[in-house]
Amino acid sequence: MTKNLKYLVLSVILLALVVPPTVLAQEGGQPKSSSEFFDPEEFARQLALLDMEPEGPADQPWLQAIDPEWVDTTQYKKEAPWTICFSNAGNFNPWRVVGFTTMEAEVELHPEIANFVVTDAEGSDEKQIGDIADLLATGECDLLIVSPMTTAALTPAVEQACETIPTIVFDRGVNTDCPVTFISPIGGYAFGAAAARFIVDNLPEGGKVLALRISPGVDVLETRWAAAEQIFMEAGVNVIGVEFTGDDRATARSIVEDYLERYGEIDAVWMDAGATSLAVIEAFEDMGVEIPIITGEDQQDFLVKWQEEGLTAIAPTYPTFQWRTAILAAIKILSGEPVPKKWVLPQPTITNENLAEHVQPNMPPQHYALCGCEELPGFPERWGGKPAN
Amino acid sequence: MKLSVPLRRRIPSIYIVLLLFYLAGWVLVSLFGRGTWLSGTNLSNMAVRSVALGIVAIGQTFTILVGSLDLSVAYLISVVAVMASYLMQGDPDKVPQAILIVFGIGVGVGLANGLIITKLRLNAFIATVGTGLLMQGVLNASFENFAGAVPASFQDFAYGKLGPFPAPVLLLLLIAALAAFVLERTRFGAHLYAVGGNRSTARLSGVRTDRVIIAAHVIASLMATISGLFIVSRLRAGAPWVGPDGAYDIESVAAVVVGGTALSGGRGGVGGTLAGVFIFSVLDTMFNQLGIDPYLKQVFRGLIIIAAVASYSVRSRETAA
Amino acid sequence: MALSTRTTPFTRVLRKPLKMVAAIPAIYFILAALLIWISFENPNFPQPEVFLAFLRRATPLLILAAGQLFVIVTGGFDLSVGSLITLTVLGGALLTDGNADRTPLAIVTLYLIGLGVGIFNGLVVSYLRVSSFITTLGMLIALKGAALLWSGGAPAGYLPDNFRIFGRQNLEGVPYLGKVPYAVIILVVYSLVATYLLHGTNFGKKALAVGDNPRAAALSGIAIPRIRIAVFVLSSISAVTAGILLGGFAGVSMNVGDGYELEAIAAVVLGGAMLMGGKGSMPTAIAGALSLRALFTLLNLLGLPSPYRAAVQGLIIIGAAAYAAFRSQSES
Repeated sequence: MTKNLKYLVLSVILLALVVPPTVLAQEGGQPKSSSEFFDPEEFARQLALLDMEPEGPADQPWLQAIDPEWVDTTQYKKEAPWTICFSNAGNFNPWRVVGFTTMEAEVELHPEIANFVVTDAEGSDEKQIGDIADLLATGECDLLIVSPMTTAALTPAVEQACETIPTIVFDRGVNTDCPVTFISPIGGYAFGAAAARFIVDNLPEGGKVLALRISPGVDVLETRWAAAEQIFMEAGVNVIGVEFTGDDRATARSIVEDYLERYGEIDAVWMDAGATSLAVIEAFEDMGVEIPIITGEDQQDFLVKWQEEGLTAIAPTYPTFQWRTAILAAIKILSGEPVPKKWVLPQPTITNENLAEHVQPNMPPQHYALCGCEELPGFPERWGGKPAN
Repeated sequence: MKLSVPLRRRIPSIYIVLLLFYLAGWVLVSLFGRGTWLSGTNLSNMAVRSVALGIVAIGQTFTILVGSLDLSVAYLISVVAVMASYLMQGDPDKVPQAILIVFGIGVGVGLANGLIITKLRLNAFIATVGTGLLMQGVLNASFENFAGAVPASFQDFAYGKLGPFPAPVLLLLLIAALAAFVLERTRFGAHLYAVGGNRSTARLSGVRTDRVIIAAHVIASLMATISGLFIVSRLRAGAPWVGPDGAYDIESVAAVVVGGTALSGGRGGVGGTLAGVFIFSVLDTMFNQLGIDPYLKQVFRGLIIIAAVASYSVRSRETAA
Repeated sequence: MALSTRTTPFTRVLRKPLKMVAAIPAIYFILAALLIWISFENPNFPQPEVFLAFLRRATPLLILAAGQLFVIVTGGFDLSVGSLITLTVLGGALLTDGNADRTPLAIVTLYLIGLGVGIFNGLVVSYLRVSSFITTLGMLIALKGAALLWSGGAPAGYLPDNFRIFGRQNLEGVPYLGKVPYAVIILVVYSLVATYLLHGTNFGKKALAVGDNPRAAALSGIAIPRIRIAVFVLSSISAVTAGILLGGFAGVSMNVGDGYELEAIAAVVLGGAMLMGGKGSMPTAIAGALSLRALFTLLNLLGLPSPYRAAVQGLIIIGAAAYAAFRSQSES
């Protein structure tokens, strides 16, 4: 009897845990799908930006801007020396580490920046809101740069900052136009589309495509997949699976081995970020299967492998040089020079044609080629590289 | 309660440690850092930083005192944050209904944890890791992104002020006072210590141990619910990762044990927990203002946890000897 | 069903074998069922090459679970293993920096670090009387910080090919099997040694005795601190081994060890070990770990969306622990 009671208790508990969130989530309509992130207008806008010629010096893409609308900043003009404050969402992946290193090196070029004060939110919205409050409380910041963790969550904190000091936001955005400028590359749709189009153009008839994503729900990554999904759908591509790797190489590799065992071969792998591309390639190699069409990013380990093996590959980028731009924009603003309201940076794509320019075997495996940091003080050791031969 | 005598003796010492940290922060920041360590704003920022973790940790104190543990709080916080913003949809009229529902979920999860641990006799660690994973899975499968938002008026909860004091800090202190009252002045509190001290003795002396344990879990879940509501009001919208990203499960246990509550149960209290939470906030602010790599802070944090608990156990052996 | 027909001569003959079957731990049936199901979904699965590749993927968790079991039978936890894996992988890349000549020294250094972590955990638990949960929780946080501090937050340096052999390459030309991953060979050796250590030596008996009743163990003259230090060292060494295999398998990443501590504990629980200590079997713990991995492969094959996998994992953990608790209650 008590045994039955126990099972009853167990099943009731499990139901209680599973049912309410599920039911409530379903009530509001369909379960969410990533296509919900698809915004056709924004998609079209980004693709148009990809084809536009940026303004500014071609050899300094971090100073270029696409389709800028300049705003006057004379009201923020201030005598040097300045204290520039930066609230960083965190250095929780190599992309951010490379970017932040670049940013610090850029600061060194400018003696007029007397102090560069940085807080690191370690990937927590909650901490970043506290950090911004801390920075404002010091009363020493002449300008605040924010690289927000999550768009919606940081909006109130940024609004608060805007009230007292000029504020710059870069990388992920916020839901307010109070910052003097918002710096970012073209965007996720353009990124995802570039990789997806390449696959569509090179895929054999009826070829099988595996899509690997980092994790669901992150808007900057959702747009990448939404664009790819749209393009694959229009082209009638056979997507055999969409899987999440958690940005972990071992997971990515295990997923690929599972799919290879099930399908025998895969013709293309679409990736929403490049950190695990090399692990995917190695999975094919070690299983003795031909390496498929693959997409990645501007990490050196992927680029080096691509060159060595002569892969059919493409690497859209989300350049780390934008971290430099944030400092340059700060200087412009405090000097009273105009800046674009929306500073859209170019978002180059690495292809077979320009691959050789970006391969740097002396740099660490997770170094991003488009750091724009080659001329900065301390290169390459500061970024973990060895002196080039 | 005779158990509260060593407890009383213990609380001041952790506050001395907190004071030492605060003073060390003052000295180091004045020497090498920037900012005004002693300013009221800095102090109130530090206090606000402590609220989310503080409330969860107060709840965690109950489960640990009773000899249990709740590692599902981080995911419950996510569930509450996402559900609250989904149910409110930016509409002030829907706030009461949403709050009612998330508290209902909180009670349900607490009951579930408590029942699994007492009736199915599962180890609390395994049970709550299991329910946590379950909530994570269901949440991720049901919501993919910020689903809705809380109305602006609800954000007063996190950003409001009563005179010079931030409202959430007052809430934290109020909850702490209430919790301390329950633990030290009520029969339930006495039972909690008794069950945590020695379950079979408590049972023999007529305490309904299962009920006490279940109640402790319901309280922990309710606290996680309040914390989830605070977080969503601060962030405007909830996301499935807000709980695990804040590591509220591990951090709350850490704060409780740093505050002098024994993991085996029966000894400790809310006052110590609060000090533990404040120590972490002081550390955060200190590292911010010194501009030191946060990784080093992680190393410190880990060692502080071990050192704090080691000092308690060494001292309790001395007094016992 | 067998019970209702107990008296027929036929079942009398069968009773002994039936009893023997009933004595087999449930996890083996679960594992067999999972593997058969996977074979239905993926007919290639029983082929030696495919199955061995599956084993190789599972090896780090299996080795970790084996190490974890030593700690768990003494009544402790080791939560620090996840961060120790990350430290091993990031540290391996930093120490070798792609230079094959440095591999032997790097591997020795990594094992020394593991040894140090294990001894530290054991000392703190034994002499400072901090519970293993808190000690290793502190180490989980501190070691991750140390790993990131050491590498500057991003992977630096490559792991040379000879470092990666263990996790990536195969022994070629094995009769009947063709090529066998080195990882699987390591796994087999490791399992045998671990099983012998726990079930065939005095040390294993003492470890179980410490978990069963520390006071009685102390009274019977067992040097408890020495046993505790030894089990933490075994767990740390397993974590370093798992790290070397994972680094070889997939290369360097920052989050490689995240969550492995919980997975290893879940695997051990699935294998029927009691978390209060005193009871546990090495073969079933390893079978538990393999079942956990087989389950993920199956869910993958069935096309279950990945968010649900966490939920299924949660259910399985609760279910397995509930079953174990129920069984131990009905036994006593």
